[in-house]
Amino acid sequence: MATLREIRRRITSIKNIEQVTDAMRVVAAARLRRAQENITATRPYAEKLNTILGHLISQMNVEEEALTHPLLEEREVKHVCIISVSGDRGLCGSFNSNVIRTTTERIQHYEETGADVTLICIGRRTQEHFDRRGYDITDSYINIFRQLEFQTAVDVVQEFEHLYVDKTIDKVEVIYNNFKSAILQTVLVEQLLPLEPIEPEGDSLFLDYIYEPGQVELFEMLLHKDLNMQMWKVLLDSNAAEQAARMAAMENATQKAKELIDELVLQRNRARQTQITTEISEIVSGAAALEG
Amino acid sequence: MQSRSFHLEIRSPEKLIYEGDVTSVQAPGVEGNFQILYGHIPFLTALDVGEIRINESADSQQSMATSGGVFEVLRTGVTVLVETAEWASDIDVARAESAFERAKEQLAEDSPDLNRPRAEAALARAQNRIKVVSNA
Repeated sequence: MATLREIRRRITSIKNIEQVTDAMRVVAAARLRRAQENITATRPYAEKLNTILGHLISQMNVEEEALTHPLLEEREVKHVCIISVSGDRGLCGSFNSNVIRTTTERIQHYEETGADVTLICIGRRTQEHFDRRGYDITDSYINIFRQLEFQTAVDVVQEFEHLYVDKTIDKVEVIYNNFKSAILQTVLVEQLLPLEPIEPEGDSLFLDYIYEPGQVELFEMLLHKDLNMQMWKVLLDSNAAEQAARMAAMENATQKAKELIDELVLQRNRARQTQITTEISEIVSGAAALEG
Repeated sequence: MQSRSFHLEIRSPEKLIYEGDVTSVQAPGVEGNFQILYGHIPFLTALDVGEIRINESADSQQSMATSGGVFEVLRTGVTVLVETAEWASDIDVARAESAFERAKEQLAEDSPDLNRPRAEAALARAQNRIKVVSNA
């Protein structure tokens, strides 16, 4: 049985922890709101880009000349590049470990089929994990989420795009936490390269477009922009998911701390009661001894 | 002559940069700079690293540095999708200059794990930002 003083000390220290976790929850909530705003802000750009791309393809008379582009070319998969997106910090539940686990599984899967795998790590957590275990890491990006910039997405794309065009790698996949809602995040594996063929959309309204340079060059450029956009979405999603996961984890921690405090307060009262009862019975029996 | 205005929208993946009615817009096309006035026919082009200039009226001009994008003219107006763009007034010259020096050093060193296209792109962007500021 813990003494009264010990219990009191534990209560104070758990109260301190509760304050810290609660503060972290508030910070994560604020960051989550900003991350969600970023996702919303990027939507009009993405939609517009898709419309332009769709118009262009519908004008390009797809049946006559098949669309060929280095980024659309499918090859036998011998070398794979996996982009593993985690966070830089912990204390966010299973956010980082889910990505690491899925990445490890994918690597095993490819190695069983005889392909070798190289990694691009985004976030300190995956970088440290795979570096320590001696995996082949082509490139890593650390501390990019604090001040997320579109240029980072462009840099990442540039890195794997030239490896793909050089035929050093035959397939690019990204593994990240998809932000479904504040309470639900799931790990997704998405293929970035080769690109999925895009369906033409739109009508004949745009027949009198003039193009500069030619349609084919514009098409290539738009594909490239689209790829940048996909990477950017992945970064934004992962960032929002990280904040949401941290918020949930810190809320749980705060809740647990509260329960623990309640329990300890009960114990403290009981201990104090016992002490008082003992003291009184000592006094009473002492007085009785004097009288007798 | 009073020149007529048309609707212009400039967007980056991060935010809406400009929306409003303008009388003319100049942009760095991949095949050279061009200017769009009211009533231009539908037109689709790619933008290079360079400067975009907007005239809301004959005597007001605003400019920004861009790292490239897509430029679309429709009957209803002009949409510009830029990957990055900064108003001339927002550019941090010191930062641009240090980025310029850094990219130049990297290219001069020419180490084997240098990503040359990336360093060259960074150099071009920094140069452009410095140029846009000095023009403004």
